[in-house]
Amino acid sequence: MISLNINGLDVSVEEGTTLLEAAKFLGFPIPTLCHMEGLEPYGACRLCVVEIGEGAGAKLVTSCTYPAQEGLKVRTTSKRVAKARKMIIELLLASSPQSKTIQDLAAKYEVKQQRFRQEFEDCILCGLCVRMCEEQMVAKAIGFRGRGQERSIGTPFDKKSDVCRLCGGCMFVCPVCTLRCTYNEPDKAICGACSNISAPCLDKDKFDDMMCYLDPCAACEIEKQPCGKGGK
Amino acid sequence: MTNINVTDLENSSKQKKGRLIPILDQIQAKFGYLPEEELRQVSTEYGISLVDIYGVATFYRAFSLKPRGKHLISVCLGTACHVRGGPTIAKEIEQQLNVKAGETTADKEFTFETVNCLGACALGPIVVIDGHYFSSVKVKDVKGIIETAQNGFDKIDSVSDQKVFPIEVSCARCNHSLMDSRHIVDGHAVIKVTISFGNKHGWLVLSSVYGRDKVESQYKIPDEQIVQMFCPHCHSELIGGTTCSECVAPMVPMIVKGGGVVQICSRSGCKGHLLDLGGASIG
Ligand code: SF4
Ligand code: SF4
Ligand code: FES
Ligand code: FES
Repeated sequence: MISLNINGLDVSVEEGTTLLEAAKFLGFPIPTLCHMEGLEPYGACRLCVVEIGEGAGAKLVTSCTYPAQEGLKVRTTSKRVAKARKMIIELLLASSPQSKTIQDLAAKYEVKQQRFRQEFEDCILCGLCVRMCEEQMVAKAIGFRGRGQERSIGTPFDKKSDVCRLCGGCMFVCPVCTLRCTYNEPDKAICGACSNISAPCLDKDKFDDMMCYLDPCAACEIEKQPCGKGGK
Repeated sequence: MTNINVTDLENSSKQKKGRLIPILDQIQAKFGYLPEEELRQVSTEYGISLVDIYGVATFYRAFSLKPRGKHLISVCLGTACHVRGGPTIAKEIEQQLNVKAGETTADKEFTFETVNCLGACALGPIVVIDGHYFSSVKVKDVKGIIETAQNGFDKIDSVSDQKVFPIEVSCARCNHSLMDSRHIVDGHAVIKVTISFGNKHGWLVLSSVYGRDKVESQYKIPDEQIVQMFCPHCHSELIGGTTCSECVAPMVPMIVKGGGVVQICSRSGCKGHLLDLGGASIG
């Protein structure tokens, strides 16, 4: 067992526990985005930052990947944490302002300004879908491609994957395209395939940062789109 | 941990990934790019999933998924070269060849790309054609450089060349001399760098006589081992964008006093090296 101190409370946890798990155990909320129970921690979104150490040695770390250490002093709501968190949410909001998940985060943590240009990205590269596909579905149909600015998620060669299980897991976990599944509120849906609005691939190349790797696409099936991209 | 990870049970997928790069290297060397069918075949043959292969193939600049031209021209747009005018050089090349960065000319002669830092910042802006460095390139040099590539390089090249003479080199990043006169090999001061391989870090000295390949190091370096070399002064890694024509290991560029760049292979035992004297003075 390892004893550490979180927000002034002493706690003992098993070795290998992350700070996030330890804080959850004590009931201290820490927002997360790229973390999901059942998937390997990835540490991409930085939203779960907490402050560890004291004085000049204090630093911010991502709690979802940081293991509990003997005698560690952790603060989950210090000024520095609050400031960093707000900034991260503001940046996320700028990259994908249409995401309900991110909007909710912004509301919850009182992010009231938006100082960066909005990009309306379809993907924040949190890697949830990739881990879902690999770790839970054992399919490895989608993955990261490229690097730096060109980094994106998709199937190899942007072609229909022959190992995809059509489980929809990738869309289910995605914090940016979750709106796709609001089939009962079609006006809010991005994809809207299932409620028969129009096929999203009419504007975009299929499988190209579409986040929807299902084929045949529901919209093409229903509408029998003439685009020839889906429905086969 | 709360999660039982199914993929953990699937043995050693990490190890497989380690073998992947040399395989892709060979395919790239054979075809000049990575054809889709080849990658699919690698996937079945070695049991590496296609997403992983595709991820690696698109991650490294050294790999291309599209066929490339006979000559590869890279212009550095790294920070140092950027402020020294890299972008205007890039524009000039685009105009001369009538292609955009990342494209290949219609006659399949040239592929043009921009890269971030080729490890010779002190000599920027840098243009590299087929592994040859051109330093302090000016817009008016571009035409000459392209012609030189087309006509073939008048180079002093690699293993077969018999020339033997001493050179003096400096770090391609900070321009600090790498010579160490306290240590004499072949009758001349040695080139001293810091090296790292496996989990070992230490010094390495090289004979500064071009054509001799005496090496001494704090550690015994196993044959075939690729070592990383660092400048002992600015601690930057001495690494460029090119690979050895003998064994495809990364080449290590250094600036030659009096102008030019020498590149040596980072693989222990490999004698691959390339010397371009004068650099941009051509043209
Ligand atoms: S739908 Fe296909 S790509 Fe998405 S998680 Fe399932 S198997 Fe993976
Ligand atoms: S597609 Fe969605 S889940 Fe996948 S990395 Fe992008 S934002 Fe995350
Ligand atoms: S939840 Fe920890 S970095 Fe995303
Ligand atoms: S910035 Fe061009 S070589 Fe480093």
